[in-house]
Amino acid sequence: MGKPIIQIRNLMKSYKLGGETIHALNNVSIEIESGDFLAIIGPSGSGKSTLMNMIGCLDRPQSGTYLLDGKDIGKMNDNQLAVIRNQKIGFIFQNFNLLTKLSALENVELPLLYAGIPTKERRERSIESLDKVGLKERARNLPTQLSGGQQQRVAIARALAGNPSILLADEPTGALDSKTSQEILFLMKELNELGHTIILITHDLMIAKQANRMVSIQDGQLQENGGELFGNFAIY
Amino acid sequence: MGILQSIKMALRSIMGNKLRSALTMLGMIIGVSSVIILVSIAEGSAQNVTSQINQLGTNLLTINTFGTDVALSDGKIDELSKLNGVKAVAPVIQGRVNVKKDRTASQVSLTGTNAAYSTVRDVLVSQGRFITDLDIEYRQKIAVIGADTAATFFGMENPVGQYLQIEGTSFKVVGVLASKGSSLGQSGDNVVIVPLSTGQRLVKSTTINQVFLQGKSENQMDFVMNEVEIKMASFFPSKSDSYSVMNQKDLMDTMSSVSNTMTMMLGGIASISLLVGGIGIMNIMLVSVSERTKEIGIRKAIGAKRRDVLLQFLIEAVVLSGVGGIIGILAGIGLGEILSSLLSLTVSFTSTVILSSFLFSLAVGVIFGVFPANKASKLNPIQALRYE
Repeated sequence: MGKPIIQIRNLMKSYKLGGETIHALNNVSIEIESGDFLAIIGPSGSGKSTLMNMIGCLDRPQSGTYLLDGKDIGKMNDNQLAVIRNQKIGFIFQNFNLLTKLSALENVELPLLYAGIPTKERRERSIESLDKVGLKERARNLPTQLSGGQQQRVAIARALAGNPSILLADEPTGALDSKTSQEILFLMKELNELGHTIILITHDLMIAKQANRMVSIQDGQLQENGGELFGNFAIY
Repeated sequence: MGILQSIKMALRSIMGNKLRSALTMLGMIIGVSSVIILVSIAEGSAQNVTSQINQLGTNLLTINTFGTDVALSDGKIDELSKLNGVKAVAPVIQGRVNVKKDRTASQVSLTGTNAAYSTVRDVLVSQGRFITDLDIEYRQKIAVIGADTAATFFGMENPVGQYLQIEGTSFKVVGVLASKGSSLGQSGDNVVIVPLSTGQRLVKSTTINQVFLQGKSENQMDFVMNEVEIKMASFFPSKSDSYSVMNQKDLMDTMSSVSNTMTMMLGGIASISLLVGGIGIMNIMLVSVSERTKEIGIRKAIGAKRRDVLLQFLIEAVVLSGVGGIIGILAGIGLGEILSSLLSLTVSFTSTVILSSFLFSLAVGVIFGVFPANKASKLNPIQALRYE
């Protein structure tokens, strides 16, 4: 295992909802090492979406520090965060979030487009990325012409295209049947073996178990694998 | 992200919604084409008028008198004609008279003048002769009639030598004027010209209210005009409000200020439709922003900066308005040509109008695109991603 790529210390995030303060993240600390395959498991409302937004640099902490590759995310402005998201993070969403009017290839090209990569190199890298997920032949297809599993593969190719430090997957199998889910998980394991750091967020214990390391989150608090909360997840 | 990529992206999104884009552009198309058509027609008619005034000759001075306290007597007109640089003087008395022949009767404008009128106003006779000084001296009951008047009373016959009843008195037609066409809505062909002395009797007034002076050369007109003004001031001291001395340039200035006002007014009215087209674009862009909230969220999560999103929507608005502008220009020129051939209007397309209406349409795109684009760029990515 390599050096820590993510260092989160005493992270706090709370919302005001109807006059009541909700601590979505309460004193969360975690270190994630490069090349890790981490699963964050928690029920809905546990704060895992907030944590994902935080790790994905879509949000800034209220207090505590978040160092990504040694850079303090809390001190960055919106544009710097956009650059970090572009270069360091590859998002994989539950409902794929592909742009329906663009072809698979164009979807994969998007992060490279925003990174300012010239056309020729962009095309080559995107095709390479699609090849990794086994969809090189479907490059010209629109997302609507692809199955759910294929769409998620395109989304993974898009996440890979910019060669980010972290692949951040939020319920990547949530909208897929169990067979396709297994295929996607298998693909993610393969990518992890190739050296990609993967953070998987899920409520499904069976899926979380396939990761190398598992943490659980409940009521905004994080527990390492084997904590007393862990037993409760048997019901999911 | 480069501008070229942004433009490509905007074009894709416009092409992805063809009907809506076409309807949005329609506003700009109507706006730009109506500006071009209306302004071109106004400018065309202004050119028409200018060339007609130019035909009258630029070495013409006109003295107009108002009221009865300034009377230009024969002696005074004689003095004016003796000024340096003045070639000829034509006093004019005007009125409207009833003209009758057999059972045909009509109101015709009457001009009483002298022989010089023919050269001063560049009036040509197509048949017969013009008035001579002898006619005035002997108060001859003769008339030179316009081409339209001739057609009204004599049809295809030769009017020369025949008689007309003017205000009940019989006049012999001695000449017919060549057709001049109409100018400023006034037909120059429906006239009767009689000797000055006879004309004064017909309108029962001896007051000469208009005198035309012809200069010897165009270069001297400013000098001649000064001379005439000094002379008039010595004739009628402290009554300068009761007469005016104008040269053709003054007349042209007046006309061009009138036609400028007309151009501005028509252009202004048409610009309102450009404005409405711009609001249409803003409306569609706002709808597009809320419709594509999720897309904006995805793009932002992937790494689009505020500037990227802002540019994407702004360029989309500008491309919509710009393409609409170009189509509008083509439609405007096409329709203008059709109108000019159908209604035989003079239409003049100037590059200024075409260029400025195109630039205006681009500006409208920018102005009305900024608000929706700014709105899109400010969306919070977390909320935008959650938007369904």
